[in-house]
Amino acid sequence: MLDDFLVRAVLAGFGLSIATGPLGAFVVWRRMAYFGDATAHAAILGVALALIFSLPISLGTLIVALAMAGAISLMMAQGQSPDSGLGVLSFGALATGLVAISFVPKVRVDLSAYLFGDILTVTRSDLLLIWGGAGLIAVVIAWRWSKLLLSTLSADLAAASGVKPHRESLVITVSIALVVAVSLKVVGALLVSAMLIIPATAARRVSSSPVQMVLAAVMVSWVASGAGLWASLRLDTPAGPSIIVAAALIFVLTTGYRTIRTPSA
Amino acid sequence: MTLIEAKDLTVRHGAQLVLDRVNISVAPGEIVTIVGPNGSGKTSLLRALLGLTPSKGKVTRNAGLVVGYVPQKLALDPTLPLPVRSFLNLPTSHTSQQIADMLDRVGVPGIETRQVADLSGGQLQRVLLARALLETPDILILDEPTQGLDQMGEAGFYRLIEDVRRDTGVAVLMVSHDLHVVMSASDRVICLNGHICCEGKPHVVQNAPEYRALFGHGTQGALALYQHAHDHDHDCGHDHGHDHHHAHDTATDEVEHAG
Repeated sequence: MLDDFLVRAVLAGFGLSIATGPLGAFVVWRRMAYFGDATAHAAILGVALALIFSLPISLGTLIVALAMAGAISLMMAQGQSPDSGLGVLSFGALATGLVAISFVPKVRVDLSAYLFGDILTVTRSDLLLIWGGAGLIAVVIAWRWSKLLLSTLSADLAAASGVKPHRESLVITVSIALVVAVSLKVVGALLVSAMLIIPATAARRVSSSPVQMVLAAVMVSWVASGAGLWASLRLDTPAGPSIIVAAALIFVLTTGYRTIRTPSA
Repeated sequence: MTLIEAKDLTVRHGAQLVLDRVNISVAPGEIVTIVGPNGSGKTSLLRALLGLTPSKGKVTRNAGLVVGYVPQKLALDPTLPLPVRSFLNLPTSHTSQQIADMLDRVGVPGIETRQVADLSGGQLQRVLLARALLETPDILILDEPTQGLDQMGEAGFYRLIEDVRRDTGVAVLMVSHDLHVVMSASDRVICLNGHICCEGKPHVVQNAPEYRALFGHGTQGALALYQHAHDHDHDCGHDHGHDHHHAHDTATDEVEHAG
């Protein structure tokens, strides 16, 4: 069954969703959308470095994504404006990566595969990596759930209860770097944060508790993965972007549902 | 025996000296209220005791001290759906029965499924208090807990605090500038203006010249309960009178508005 490329693609999308659902909810709650973007852009630099030094691609992206996440956290801890600073780091890393890839000798690099993903070529070892990484993130978030949630709600309330909000921020930051590394193959560097933001935002419209929102986000991701792959097959569209389009359409649907249910809002 | 104690606590915000060598301690079961004009460092003192703000000096907490913190307000992000029940289960989970009993205790029964974002100011304060109490704290630390409540709500909230103290023996350290209501609920009042101007029993502080210098005489009527004239001790204040003139004016205005 795993021989079928389509089955592997669906499994890759489903696997990634168990991480992007809960993590995406935290990214939305903590307003870290741009943070996710910057970390993902840095992954292109990671790809370039991995190709140059003959390292596994996912290892290269993980290291650079972690470095990027660390740099942003440091910058924000020093109280600099995250907005423009993130822009500099984000596009600086993306452009440096694109330039660096052009130096890679004798390798014909399919750049668009890294920018937009290549879910239809997912291998068994890719699947292992995706499910391993995504499963790890889901387990860590479930394990630290109430600490993460309390720190997100109010760093002061968390600290007064003996929870260290900085440590919980670090958990989220590292998870974002990890999800970037494992999702590069599925949706690509430019669309990773879409996979975090869109399902969680769509889920917000139909959820009345944090747990509900996380579960709904996972389900939106699943439906979007399935629908996107189906559309990609039927209409011969690029798979990664099709998944994001499907997620965006679900967002429109849930927004409409919310508007109908609460006409005054 | 003290639950929490600070020695020579000094807090700076940039170049500005907010708290200057403040000594404070709270004993088990005691209700201590910090009063002072705006910008006198009340909130900074609480935050320093809680370890939320960098400070110099020494803060000693009893080993295993459980603190119930009730902040001034809670800024909820609209992207986060949060029913009261979920909020009360942070950071530790409680049974539905415990939560129902506690909501009943603080006077907002049956609101488990309401969204925290939809609560009124008074309901939110009681839910914040319920969350703190569910952790069975040794000390409650409340930062202007009645901000945004009307006078009835204020009085009711402080009565609730007194009742909780009576029932559970929890110590209470709170900050307020609602002088009259708070004072009747306190065992000890600390008058703060960057340093401790004076402290003692409510009626003592109320008659202290240092307190009068900060708050004027506008509260006399409201404090009639404590008219045991001139039994304050004169040791309680130390160097006062530097920039009190300005503070005096603002404080008087406030009291008049509040009254």
